[in-house]
Amino acid sequence: MIGFYTVMEGIIAFFLVAGGVFAFIGSLGLARLQDFYMRLHGPSKTSTLGVGCTLIGSMIYFSLTNHTISLQELLITIFLFVTAPVSAHMLAKCALHQKLPHYERTKGRPEELDEEQEDPDAADRPSTTPAP
Amino acid sequence: MLDTALWISLALFVVAILLNVYRLTIGPSLPDRILALDTMYVNSIGLIILFCIWLNSKTYFEAALLIAMLGFISTVAVCKYLLRGDIIE
Repeated sequence: MIGFYTVMEGIIAFFLVAGGVFAFIGSLGLARLQDFYMRLHGPSKTSTLGVGCTLIGSMIYFSLTNHTISLQELLITIFLFVTAPVSAHMLAKCALHQKLPHYERTKGRPEELDEEQEDPDAADRPSTTPAP
Repeated sequence: MLDTALWISLALFVVAILLNVYRLTIGPSLPDRILALDTMYVNSIGLIILFCIWLNSKTYFEAALLIAMLGFISTVAVCKYLLRGDIIE
């Protein structure tokens, strides 16, 4: 007969390992993919899920060891899930503003990137440098 | 079982932070570096949580919450600076 605490230990171990694997996959995508617009996908989705899994595992662990429901982890999880899309949106706006180079087979590109295709000198020219 | 899972997860988080440091070092543009720093603070929150489980104490949860808030605010501030050339107009 498997006891209650053994089952809960298995569930906590599963959440911890899943969180580590998700965070590792997100960072691998950040390090390996070709252009910035692809690299933005990995951390903004996967790392949030990884840390969320780890926080759920720690919530179950501290609820079982202290015999009280611990809600601080839930606060961090909700905060991360709210703020990660906002920072990803700001970074994408930043990259479109700077007209970063992109993978040439990208489909459905926004018009900011099409302007760069027509005028190739615009990417090289720094916008903040004053004219002599 | 929990000890083994804790060590596996710690190793994966450390490798993830090393990959972020790699992207932060070679990153060809400025938004790449900001994204690497953003991912690095999210991963450091995971490391702090695992450290809390290892110590069996809830002392460092406030540190994790502070890192989450300040990291988000600094990411938005640097992005705003790159977009507009100014943070508060």
